[in-house]
Amino acid sequence: MASDSEPKAVDPAFTKSVVDKGADTVTLCFQCGTCTGGCPSGRVTAFRTRKMMRRVQLGFKDEVLPAEELWLCTTCTTCDERCPRGVKITDIIMTLRNMAVREGYMAEAHKNTARSLMKSGHAIPLGDAFRKMRETLGLHSEPPTVLSDKEALDEVKKIIKATHFDELVG
Amino acid sequence: MAKYSLFLGCIAPLRYPGIETATMEVAKALDIDMDILDKTSCCPAPGVFRSFDQDTWLAIGARNLSLAEEKGAEIVTICNGCFGSLWEVADKIEHDEKKKEYANSILKEIGREYKGGVKVRQFAELLYTDVGLDAISAKVTKKLDHIKAAVHYGCHYFKPDIVKEIDNRERPKTLDELVEVTGATSVDYRYKNACCGAGGGVRARAKEVAQAMTDQKLEAMKESGANCIVDICPFCHLQFDQGQSGLRTSFPVIHLSQLYVMAFGLDESKNGFDAHAVPVKF
Ligand code: SF4
Ligand code: SF4
Repeated sequence: MASDSEPKAVDPAFTKSVVDKGADTVTLCFQCGTCTGGCPSGRVTAFRTRKMMRRVQLGFKDEVLPAEELWLCTTCTTCDERCPRGVKITDIIMTLRNMAVREGYMAEAHKNTARSLMKSGHAIPLGDAFRKMRETLGLHSEPPTVLSDKEALDEVKKIIKATHFDELVG
Repeated sequence: MAKYSLFLGCIAPLRYPGIETATMEVAKALDIDMDILDKTSCCPAPGVFRSFDQDTWLAIGARNLSLAEEKGAEIVTICNGCFGSLWEVADKIEHDEKKKEYANSILKEIGREYKGGVKVRQFAELLYTDVGLDAISAKVTKKLDHIKAAVHYGCHYFKPDIVKEIDNRERPKTLDELVEVTGATSVDYRYKNACCGAGGGVRARAKEVAQAMTDQKLEAMKESGANCIVDICPFCHLQFDQGQSGLRTSFPVIHLSQLYVMAFGLDESKNGFDAHAVPVKF
């Protein structure tokens, strides 16, 4: 990533592709900083929502897509709701993350969560301790979800193939 | 009241199964006609799966909605993540014909269709709106006046508030009132409306950042004199319950359904408090 003193690579096609993907409200941002002011993540990190919006407007692709801060947003939507310009910030961040993943920026921890969904239809595994706990509560050891219905799980797996999610995660 | 079907999701049945049983006990006590929606999968989680690929998120969400549609039931969630995802998928399909076509082109491959219009509910707002505080109050047999709760709404409960019309995002009151109807006090604290820190895939990817947000809330709760946390989401629940292991604080973390099991004098073993990292005792 370029430091602040170096000239930055501007890629207008990047701004356009973000806009074309439906995140068009990014162009409305007038840099008031309301989003940053209420951001719970920005309170504890150097992530600045306002700056991210500006970088997208200016086409600083290399400062946006590979950046770790893109993944520090909790999607709490406080910023969306307060933005005086109606910028759909969380939707924009989602679009940017989808683009980042396509460029190969996907953390191992997130790949593992994705693999869990691909395998079991749930985001987390069910181990023996929790099976037992369920039984103690009078429940079936597996909940009546895709975990206890192979056909239903196959449906989810087919969706994952049809959207090519499996190829994306690798 | 409508016919309801409970969407289980991942964290409740797989980490805090007591939230699942407590919810069903409470529904029974309040004569809510609700069964469990079977064959469902992950909602899919908004912070992770929507971040990776919005098409997959939409299609799997639409499949879950189609299961409720088949039953003619409103889909009820006990998790703000599930609520956020299912509500948004339903909303996008409702207002964007292209998205609806796309979702159905994928569902067609598994012989399903989602026509649209399924109501997505959060159990807390269902209690507030469809059951009402008076009916809930009538079931309280054990006043919980020893409880000083720091309530945590969680982000995807009332936002976007103009559209959802559940509560005011800057000055919410529904959960405070749902808690106080048991005789408990809801205390005010700094950062009350702030995120727990876990969402958006942050817990999985940058645990220390998630924890820093949680710590700010815990610190504020401590200053407020609260003696427990009451939430309506198993993911926030996990974040607060496991996020206190440094033992700076030791607030019991209680889901609203579990609180009602206590207040209604129902079988407390159904709360599954064994799953909790911080013991639930006062
Ligand atoms: S609140 Fe809206 S207009 Fe203001 S800086 Fe943030 S995105 Fe831009
Ligand atoms: S949605 Fe993300 S960027 Fe916006 S306030 Fe919340 S954490 Fe910050």
